[in-house]
Amino acid sequence: MKVEIITEKISAGTVVKLIGDVDMNTSPDVRTSIAEVFKTGGSKALLINLSGVRYMDSSGIATLVETMQNCMKQGMKLRLVEPSPSVRDVFELARLSSIFQIFPSMNDALNGI
Amino acid sequence: MITVKNIHKSFGNRRILNGVSFTAEQKKVTYIFGTSGGGKSTLLKAMVGALKPDDGQILFHDTDITGLHGRGLDPYRKKIGMLFQHGALINALSVGENVALPMRWHTTLDDNIIKIMVKMKLEMVGLRDFEDLLPNHLSGGMQKRVALARALALDPEVVFFDEPTSGLDPIMTSVITKLISDLNRLLGITCVVVTHAVEEAMKSADKIVILYMGKVLAEGTPQEIRQSADPLVQQFITGSPDGPISFSASSKDYREDLLVG
Repeated sequence: MKVEIITEKISAGTVVKLIGDVDMNTSPDVRTSIAEVFKTGGSKALLINLSGVRYMDSSGIATLVETMQNCMKQGMKLRLVEPSPSVRDVFELARLSSIFQIFPSMNDALNGI
Repeated sequence: MITVKNIHKSFGNRRILNGVSFTAEQKKVTYIFGTSGGGKSTLLKAMVGALKPDDGQILFHDTDITGLHGRGLDPYRKKIGMLFQHGALINALSVGENVALPMRWHTTLDDNIIKIMVKMKLEMVGLRDFEDLLPNHLSGGMQKRVALARALALDPEVVFFDEPTSGLDPIMTSVITKLISDLNRLLGITCVVVTHAVEEAMKSADKIVILYMGKVLAEGTPQEIRQSADPLVQQFITGSPDGPISFSASSKDYREDLLVG
């Protein structure tokens, strides 16, 4: 199972949309794509759209934790958008819900950036 | 789901498993108990692909793992975790490095990602502060929890536990038993547990399988097992020394053995 990664620059920042399963086989691709956003620079916020992700394992969660570490270093905001209930459960179980800013829709996420 | 179908295994003349069949349902906790030397660990080894049965099948979903060898077992092994009876931690490596081992072995994940995952796994078993210690600096119960964190390294679908509470005090036995229940309830992990801790098993199992003389003596929910009219089953769950189960593991007649040889 592959993951499709669509990166789009908008005025408020950069949106990375993930479609598919984020697991130990695919999370390195997600990591590489997100690293490109940091390399390019110029964004004040990174919005990761998870609406197309059905399954995320602990390597996917760890990739998002690393992204958070990098955002903090660069003074960027990280917002996770529209995770499915099952992906949200994974955040809850890993006790990471409070670490991330999670929004139910892109409109909500764009508010206040 | 794991389906064990008519498994036979002998070592020399000694028949250990003699037609064992049962199913460990997906996302459920199945406890297996039986007498010492009764084939529980042999069955577990066969279920993880570490031992080839003489006959029978072990199906993981629809794949017969008894027909797989060497690297052919890798896809199955990535989906399972195993908690060994004695932990099997490497004492020369730190707790964190022990947990990282399966990730380094089976994945191409970056070192920083592995470090984060190790913290997440150790948090699950309540030992995040112990990442840099060596295993032999920890108590037996803590070592079991580290071994459990390592078994969870690759987000397994199924975790097998071989006597997870042996040698532990009653409190640590309850801690490990609760951890097994939590893994199942919160993460949906299928758990297959071989144990002597009958009372703990009766409290938290979805299904009990009792092995006796190389066969399945009884299987069912804890309630069904408790209500069994079979005196053998009752002796198992009460742990009574008196009953139809003899403490002798020898099959030859004693008098004949002494006098005839």
